[in-house]
Amino acid sequence: MRAYRAKCLNRFLEGYYRCPKYDLTMRIVVAKPGLDGHDRGAKVIARALRNGGHEVIYTGLRRTPDEIVRIVIDEDAGALGLSSLSGAHSVLIPRVCEGLRKSEMSNVIVFAGGIIPEHDRESLYDVGVRAIFGPGTTSKEILEFLSTIEKRSESGEPVGVGEEAGWHW
Amino acid sequence: MNKSEDLLESARAGNRRSLSKLLTLVEEGHNSPVEHGKGSSLGITGPPGVGKSSLIGKMIDVWIERGESVAVLAVDPSSPRSGGALLGDRMRMVNADSSDLVFIRSLATRNHPGGLMDCLTPMVDILSECGWKNIIIETVGAGQSEIRVVAFADRILLVDGPDRGDIIQAEKAGIMELADLIVINKSDLPEAERAAKAVKSALSVGEDDTTPNVLMVSAHSGQGVEDLVAALPNVITSTDRERLRVRERLISAWDSTLLNSTKLETTLQALEKGSITLQEAVDKIREEG
Repeated sequence: MRAYRAKCLNRFLEGYYRCPKYDLTMRIVVAKPGLDGHDRGAKVIARALRNGGHEVIYTGLRRTPDEIVRIVIDEDAGALGLSSLSGAHSVLIPRVCEGLRKSEMSNVIVFAGGIIPEHDRESLYDVGVRAIFGPGTTSKEILEFLSTIEKRSESGEPVGVGEEAGWHW
Repeated sequence: MNKSEDLLESARAGNRRSLSKLLTLVEEGHNSPVEHGKGSSLGITGPPGVGKSSLIGKMIDVWIERGESVAVLAVDPSSPRSGGALLGDRMRMVNADSSDLVFIRSLATRNHPGGLMDCLTPMVDILSECGWKNIIIETVGAGQSEIRVVAFADRILLVDGPDRGDIIQAEKAGIMELADLIVINKSDLPEAERAAKAVKSALSVGEDDTTPNVLMVSAHSGQGVEDLVAALPNVITSTDRERLRVRERLISAWDSTLLNSTKLETTLQALEKGSITLQEAVDKIREEG
């Protein structure tokens, strides 16, 4: 996992000055593939991740799989969250995963959210998606997923989209 | 050769992934492999919501049309509470992600005065070294720390909107004094003309041949954007503005030195207890020199 350790991230936190403090956070792209036009969920996730201390790059609506791969590369993101509500997840999400693998971005962690029926999930896990969050998921759960990912990657277990499948949240 | 030199070589050959990884290394505080860089950048700043990102999106379209490459470093603030950041500038640059001529990198300020500033110049040099022709640093011009960021650009474009009273804010914040070119966006709105006049009259005090031009554009309709892009290579700066920029950069470097001082923690504790005065604290840190 690509996480950055800011050399000296000084913070004013609740009026208390802590310095120097090492911090471990990720750069995460939150993307909306395909033609669906609703992004309240994606924005809620983006804010929750920001509040968890991560740097979140939101792509905006109607992105193609190629564009999303390009954005992950340019931003050197460690993780990618894909939100899909339109029912096209089984086509679009595997294309994004494939694109990342082809671009030597196999270590990027991919997770998905939105309306993804139970019977479609297994095939998405097979292409490298590590978590699928449906309606009712708490932001705490997503942050827990990311810290689990962190622990796994520290101990050398596969977490990336192009690494060995098998484990998912 | 070390890792960053390898990445540079591959980035020079056109590998975006290497370029991106190299920028990350520099952002994390590693030394840049580019020495004596000759990169030159355009800073674009202005109040929140004035349409900077949308305008850059349209400018990118013009550059793509001309076959010129463009790289954007889009800077947004980190949250002071969580340290995280929500970076949404690229959602306004819609055509940018399908062209090989465009590279956009979102950067968070990471709440470390001097932190981001330390790496902006090396980043611009790297982009220039890798053949990116137009290099843009975008930042929200809302306060002193954002002025610090934009002062690292070689030319500064100030974007304002119609009838927001923002130009007074811009004057107060001192951004007007730094601007080499001023653009009134949203020229399709009726109040835009008036805003442009207000800016021109504000500038007319002490006018000379280095006074910045005022252009009107609409990022919505695209009107005036081509003229703006055509005007950019001829934008001149003044010795006064150059001096101001250099001054801001020096202050950034000073901040950085202060925050990296080994005596910072003990000095802060002493100040907290009230056992030394501010002046004594400054003297103590300077002794280190």
